[in-house]
Amino acid sequence: MSLFAISGAIEAGLLFSLVALGVYLSFRVLSFPDLTVDGSFPLGAAVTAVAIVSDVNPYLATLLGTVAGGLAGLLSGYLNVRLRILNLLAGILTMVALYSINLRIMGRPNISLYGEETVFTPFEQFLGLGIWTNCVLLLIVAVAMKLFVDWFLATEIGLALRASGENPGMARAQSINNGRMTLLGMTISNGLVGLAGSLFAQSQGVADVNMGIGTIVTGLAALIIGETLIGNARVAGATLGCLIGAVLYRFFIAAALSAGVLGIQAQDLNLVTAIVVAVAVVLSQARRNRPGPARPALWQRLTRRRFQKG
Amino acid sequence: MNRRDVTRLVAALLLSAPAALAETTDVTEIAITYIVDHPAIDAAQQGMLDALAEGGYADGEKLALTVQSAQGSMPTQLQIAKEFAGREPDLLVGISTPSAQALQSVAGDRTVLFSAVTDPVAAKLVETLETPGANITGTTDKQPFEPTLELIRTLLPEATTLGVIYNAGEANSVAQVEALGDAVGAFGFELVEATAAQTAMVPDAALSLAGRVDAILIPTDSTIVSAIESVVNVGTKAKIPVIASDTDSVERGALAALGFDYYKLGWLTGEIALRILEGEDPGAIPVGALDTQDLYLNASSAEAMGVTLSDELLTTATKVIQ
Repeated sequence: MSLFAISGAIEAGLLFSLVALGVYLSFRVLSFPDLTVDGSFPLGAAVTAVAIVSDVNPYLATLLGTVAGGLAGLLSGYLNVRLRILNLLAGILTMVALYSINLRIMGRPNISLYGEETVFTPFEQFLGLGIWTNCVLLLIVAVAMKLFVDWFLATEIGLALRASGENPGMARAQSINNGRMTLLGMTISNGLVGLAGSLFAQSQGVADVNMGIGTIVTGLAALIIGETLIGNARVAGATLGCLIGAVLYRFFIAAALSAGVLGIQAQDLNLVTAIVVAVAVVLSQARRNRPGPARPALWQRLTRRRFQKG
Repeated sequence: MNRRDVTRLVAALLLSAPAALAETTDVTEIAITYIVDHPAIDAAQQGMLDALAEGGYADGEKLALTVQSAQGSMPTQLQIAKEFAGREPDLLVGISTPSAQALQSVAGDRTVLFSAVTDPVAAKLVETLETPGANITGTTDKQPFEPTLELIRTLLPEATTLGVIYNAGEANSVAQVEALGDAVGAFGFELVEATAAQTAMVPDAALSLAGRVDAILIPTDSTIVSAIESVVNVGTKAKIPVIASDTDSVERGALAALGFDYYKLGWLTGEIALRILEGEDPGAIPVGALDTQDLYLNASSAEAMGVTLSDELLTTATKVIQ
């Protein structure tokens, strides 16, 4: 593998670690199998691309993309919580609708950002890191988002959100509003995915309406690989797993692209993905059956927080 | 298997990826990538390779070739582009708009050649079609619609409304339909659009046009062309002539096409590649386009769709399918 291929794998991996963090919040913390991400990823890209070509400041454009992603998640949550549509279907509906919405936003299927000012351009000269500029910047963003999720899930609202996902009945008994927690969690989750889409468009220099295909698979693959390696008993471990899993997953693909590993070619990538995920799931099940460290006493912590506050 | 074993396995897998092939000076390296496997893209690639072989660059001899498909995934396309950039090949080739854009974003001072891009200017690949600038050039599959519209006018002198089915999510298709919208007025047609985002939605789109249009025109849109049979089906039942833009579709039941041969486009791309390999400045080579269109007719479809083919048309046709 050349340095270029390695930088590409790290770059794509760090971008998708944001998706993995979002997927962790929905699938694991909220127990909400959310398929909105295939739509919120290109939504973040579309909003940012349109803003940038309309001469909006790239940082503001990125923020707009993130907020748009969050709104998409809020919509899925709303469909589920208020309109009582099954969570899986709510996500699918939003994803399908977003395809048309993204086309409307962009006005055409493909917007090139080549030669436009992006959040990465000011650092290209300034840092002087050549091909590693994007990797370094994305590492900072990914770690910051990981720490944000860690911090958020340790706040009182965050603990309530975890409680609501783990045992809604018990959470209700603690006077937690489960519906509101779903809305909040879905917004943050898809906000992260929107941010990933926004940064992806800027690093690759193009937003395309079809770029969301397979986002959920990649995000889940990253999450599961991370859980297999690090476990998900602790939030900090699980979020670190998202980062490592996403980068590792992209290295698998880079290895396959470098041609030769077991005769795997790019055409076989989807099969490789399926196998990697299946193996990771089996491994993490084996791991779960072994006696491990006890789960942190979530409920105790939650009660303590509430008690101290009261 | 414990965690350490997994880590070892992963490390072993990554390390076993072989280093780039040892470089020899007399072998030209060309790396080709495309977004998705598709007959038109395959034809373009084959045409290009044949032209290169004719020009003395045969794969395995003077040419070391790498070909990778992104499987329809943009993140994978980005990684392929980076991987290619790391190989330092003599020429990077992107077939389709997103592939060309991905290569352009990592190219630096490497030379990029594109093919089958409908609007290279809107895709920001080139500054103008005549002088692309920088180190990028290629071929476009944009075809003028005037000859096709003239053909429809000849086939159906009374027609006033023309339906078009396309995937609004395909940059290439949208560019074509825009061009079509500008061209129809001069031929006295009114354009009625129907869109299908997936192959499964093509029958509905075709049905929605039944009774509203006098003819249906299908651009070179991979989604619609994949399901051309369902459009032909509607056309036969509702007696609406279906005109395609690629010759393949005529063999699959469309009435006629003034087609575009992607193999020939690939050949043209190969000729440009040869010029670049011989040292010409890519930024000064105009974007290539095909000026020939082959007329294919389907006699049995014509009968089923209620159209009489004149002897004059039949004699000028490159191929008539019975």
